[in-house]
Formats: sequence, C-alpha cells, structure tokens
Amino acid sequence: MRAAVITFPGTNRDGDVSRALGAGGADVSPCWHADHALPAGTDLVVLPGGFSYGDYLRTGAIAARANIMDAVRAHAARGGLVLAICNGFQIACEAGLLPGVLVRNANLRFVCRRQTLKVERTDTLFTGGYRRGQVIDVCIAHGEGNYICDAGTLARIEGEGQVAFRYCDAAGALTPDANPNGSLNHIAGIYSANLRVLGMMPHPENLIEQLTGGADGKPLFESLGRAA
Amino acid sequence: MKARVTVTLKNGVLDPQGKAIEGALVSLGIPGIASVRQGKIFDIELAGHDAKAAEAALAAACEKLLANTVIENYRVEILG
Repeated sequence: MRAAVITFPGTNRDGDVSRALGAGGADVSPCWHADHALPAGTDLVVLPGGFSYGDYLRTGAIAARANIMDAVRAHAARGGLVLAICNGFQIACEAGLLPGVLVRNANLRFVCRRQTLKVERTDTLFTGGYRRGQVIDVCIAHGEGNYICDAGTLARIEGEGQVAFRYCDAAGALTPDANPNGSLNHIAGIYSANLRVLGMMPHPENLIEQLTGGADGKPLFESLGRAA
Repeated sequence: MKARVTVTLKNGVLDPQGKAIEGALVSLGIPGIASVRQGKIFDIELAGHDAKAAEAALAAACEKLLANTVIENYRVEILG
C-alpha cells in the first residue's frame, strides 16, 4: 500500500495521519498541494485535517481548487482509494469527490471531544478490521461538520449503503444528544458510490495506541495497510 | 467597471448563523424582525468594459469557486 498524504497551507494533521498509516503498514509519501502529479504508484490519497486556507470563503473550498486536486480527481476516477478526514472531508465534498456539503455545526460551537461512532459496514477496504455495528471511540474537533445534502442525494446514499459511520451514544443508539453537529441521519462519514473514497469528520489517526488514550482508530489503518 | 456578486443560501437550507443573528436582533428589541438569512457579498473590480463578457466571466467564477451550488444561489450585478 503506497499512500500519498497531501499538505495544503493550513493542514495540520498530516504528520499524525502519516504516522498512523505507517503503523498500519503503508509506505507513506508526502505530497504538496502545488504539485501537479501524485507520487508514482500511489494507491491511496489522504486528505488530512486542519484549516486549509484558514477556512476562508467556505471550509475546504480553496484547497479543493489546488493544482494537485486534478490529479486526485483523476486518481479517484480510475478507482483509486481516497481517505479524507475532517478538513479533508470538507475538501473532498467541495472537489466533487463525495456528494453533499459540510456546514456550520447546528449549535454554532466548535466541538472538540471524544465521540462514539457506529460502523455501518465492514466489507470495504477501510473498515474490514471492525465488526458490523461496532461502536468505536474516536475524537472529533470541528466547527463545520454538519453534513447536509438534498433529499434525493440522501435517499440515494442511504439506499446504496454509502453511509460509513454514524454518531451514536455509547450503547450504539442514535439519540439526539449523540449528534454533535446536526448532521442529517447522524452521518459522520460517507463513501463514494464505488466505496473507494471515504470522507469522515472524526479523527481515527488520534487514537491508534492505548498509551495515548485508545486504539479504536487503528483497525482502519491496518485494514488499509492490508489492501493492495 | 465594478460588479457585485451576492451569494445566498438556497431556500430550505438551514442557516444556524442567520438564526443566531435573528435571535440577537430580537433580544436587542429591534421591532418587526421575522427572520434573518446570512449571505455573502463580493465587490469586484473588472479591467475590461464589456458588461456581457464580465457577466459571463463572473457567472463562471461563481460556478467554479464563489458559490457552492449544492446549497447556495448567486446573483451577478454589473454596477458600471
């Protein structure tokens, strides 16, 4: 598994996600937003978290128009893997890699806390290390994580099984209190139609070892490390 | 030549910032506030003098960057 981690001006989780990918068995190369091509042989593109371009205009909007994104779109169109986390998820939606958009949290507050998620399916290259319906413990840190899309798109992504993770309580129930940002149907992460692009607001790279508070993010990187 | 681009949220898209502003206006005692929707204005100076070409260029700018047409509408006005 050869992973390319893209850094935009204002990206700040590129180091942590590179470390998590490496721990999962991937061969990781850095990649700069102004480049026009991905490193040769890239299997997986990672759009990390952060505050690209200071969140100016709309979160992810300017990064989505960076030079490297033409190469990322071509990679995705070829069936290449893309993992987009937090600001990366916002960039992926703005770039048209995933449907919908992430807007200001419903309560207008930046949320930074531990959060439980339900794993919707385990037959993808991202989630093969989890059990179906497993409740995992992750970190969230965002001000614009409120996932919305039109009714037709929502029906399609629900019908096609494109929801990857949902915000839930510790018992796995989708209670209103367990939704930190107002996302439709508690959506925390979605797949592209071919299940090769995953966008998610939570940060699995934060929790990959017990020493630093938990390891529920690790299976995602191990699953990717085993792929390709 | 000057132009103004206005970007607003589509009907039906939740606007938590507009709601908060609405609540603040009501709490300030400003009378008659029924609802508030927040948008963006871009004042743009253009080098040329062809209004039709400018309008087309700014519509492309909106489609490519200034608006996210999933949730936003835009309006281009050439101010002369």
